[in-house]
Amino acid sequence: MDATILIFLGSGLFLGWSLGANDAANVFGTAVGTRMVKFGTAALICSLFIILGAVLSGAGAAHTLGKLGAINAIGGSFMAAFAAAITVYGMTKLGLPVSTSQAIVGAIIGWNLFSGFPTDTGSLIKIVGTWIACPLLAGVVGVVLYKLTTLFVGWAKLHIVRLDAYTRLGLILAGAFGSFALGANNIANVMGVFVSANPFTSFSLGGLANFSAIQQLFLLGALAIAVGVFTYSKRVMLTVGGGLFPLSPVGAWVVVVAHSVVLFLFASRGLEHFLASSGLPTIPLVPVSSSQAVVGAVIGIALLKGGRGIKWRVLLNISSGWVTTPVVACLVCFVGLFFLQNVFNQQVYREASYILSETVLEHLEGRGIAVDRLSKLKGRQFDKVREFRRTINEAAELDEDVQSEILASARIEETLINPSKIWRLDNLISSEQQQAVYRLQGRRFMHLWQLEEALVEQSDEWRSLPSTTANKLANRKLHDQRLEVHKLFRLARPAP
Amino acid sequence: MAITLFGRTRQLESEIDGFLDVLGDANLAFKQALSLFLQEGKSERFTEKLHQVADLETRGDGLRRKILTNMYAETLMPDARGDILKLLESLDNIINKFEETLWYFETEAPDIPEAFHAAYQELADLSCAAVEALILASRAFFRDAPAIKDHMHKVLYYEKESDEVVTKLRGGIFASDLPLSNKIHLRFFAERIVWIADIAEDIADELSIYAIKRAT
Repeated sequence: MDATILIFLGSGLFLGWSLGANDAANVFGTAVGTRMVKFGTAALICSLFIILGAVLSGAGAAHTLGKLGAINAIGGSFMAAFAAAITVYGMTKLGLPVSTSQAIVGAIIGWNLFSGFPTDTGSLIKIVGTWIACPLLAGVVGVVLYKLTTLFVGWAKLHIVRLDAYTRLGLILAGAFGSFALGANNIANVMGVFVSANPFTSFSLGGLANFSAIQQLFLLGALAIAVGVFTYSKRVMLTVGGGLFPLSPVGAWVVVVAHSVVLFLFASRGLEHFLASSGLPTIPLVPVSSSQAVVGAVIGIALLKGGRGIKWRVLLNISSGWVTTPVVACLVCFVGLFFLQNVFNQQVYREASYILSETVLEHLEGRGIAVDRLSKLKGRQFDKVREFRRTINEAAELDEDVQSEILASARIEETLINPSKIWRLDNLISSEQQQAVYRLQGRRFMHLWQLEEALVEQSDEWRSLPSTTANKLANRKLHDQRLEVHKLFRLARPAP
Repeated sequence: MAITLFGRTRQLESEIDGFLDVLGDANLAFKQALSLFLQEGKSERFTEKLHQVADLETRGDGLRRKILTNMYAETLMPDARGDILKLLESLDNIINKFEETLWYFETEAPDIPEAFHAAYQELADLSCAAVEALILASRAFFRDAPAIKDHMHKVLYYEKESDEVVTKLRGGIFASDLPLSNKIHLRFFAERIVWIADIAEDIADELSIYAIKRAT
């Protein structure tokens, strides 16, 4: 890996550091602020579990961010992470409520606007929906948990000293769980934008375990978060103690658990797998704001106690944060990309080429898209996404979904199946899938969908299952495997 | 880590329970000592009870210091230890007052006329009942916070009753034919006894605040 890439990754590491410095306080703030747990113990547990959460369970939320906008040049990733980090830093300095999750989403949209690539509205709606659901859900979980805990404490009639000891242990366990959930959910904020431009490659540890490129990237981000926890979170933790609403240690424990449960729900692929395999609707895996989860849980408990003493202004501030944070990050990213591209001469996005060849039009027709109005563009190649989008929209009024379908089908992503590289897919795909790839050696494909169709022709193991909840995970795995194959055999795009 | 934490917890629990036991014993011994004084004057049995209270006071002090050291040395209950230690200090003050009052009886040996014995006995019973209810309220604070208010109510009731009895007793003393010096001496002892109920009431008020703080 060359040094420039490390410099570009630096902005993600800065964002990770600020996340560690600020959000670790949501997990261990009350415990450390009330001196129930020593800072050293808290920082060690927090860092360890953030790393575990990020590496083992971080991919789910990153996937959704990747769908929102696949930043395809490391310069763009750098600016998106940098814009988010600057927004978080600046708004915190100004005393405005801010969330890393909302900042990074704003920054990605900024990149989409600058590069001309479309924003996936489905993913955007999903993400914004979870921002509202997150504090509400944390409030509900907090209330239920608080009620159960107080009932238990009342029934068990524990000695105050014993209750304190249990609470202390509970805070440590909840903190560990919270850190895992934070790592799993929020690593996508820190490193998600680098996924499409990931400089790492997957490798297998002696055939025992696979260490994917994304896991390596997330490990690096998690280490940055851990550095943030150790170097700067103490101050934040000590000020969180007396925060929003006065809570007893038991109340604080409930808040940490509620926060962790919510973050975990929005990050756990294991839970998604369980729900999907039981035929139940799955929870979207989206990075959410840990601060807002904490605020939701605290307000839930406060309402349960009659609602006196709640600072309603905080609620108003949170709602305003939902709008201001992404807007500011979007603007900062857009302006930053302009400077990076035009002043510093850096590539901030890779242009894509599109062609509406006869094959593509036939393919689109096969997918039920009316191509009559597009046929006049047959054979034309476009080397700029913005130009292509404008032209097809002028030719035919297209809704978002159809436009995305056309963009995906017409995009030129040349692939040549080079047999000398096939071994690199060991452990990433099944042996039958690998055989199928082998049989395609020497073949060249213009579009990604052509490669996919050729793979399906060779083996049923490359065929997507019917699109049902139960098949969701299997299909996603297949999708990721196809991307691995494509990434490996992709031919570099000739300079325009 | 969990094992040592729970080991220390058990030790602290038993020390706090032990301290409340000492206060309960001192309360009973104080009540018995006053009954003995009223029945027998400054007798050997009274002096024995006085020494018993003095011993309990020393044990109470020792336990309180141990609790304080454990809580601070092991950083146990950082959020509530200030309140707990203040409570134990206030409760310890009651044992001090028991001992002090009995020493006054021992050294000054007030001459209490037969006619006032019943009132003094009632006063002692009410003050000790207030302390007994306070001990139950304190135990509830440590184990069953919602039950505090039941015991608190009794503390307030006994304190109010003791106020009424002492007012009547004071009136009776000053309406009697006793010499003024004797009257003032008798009033002093009546007020010493009722003071204990007053202290119990003050501590009960503090306790209710601690309980509210714990409940949030």
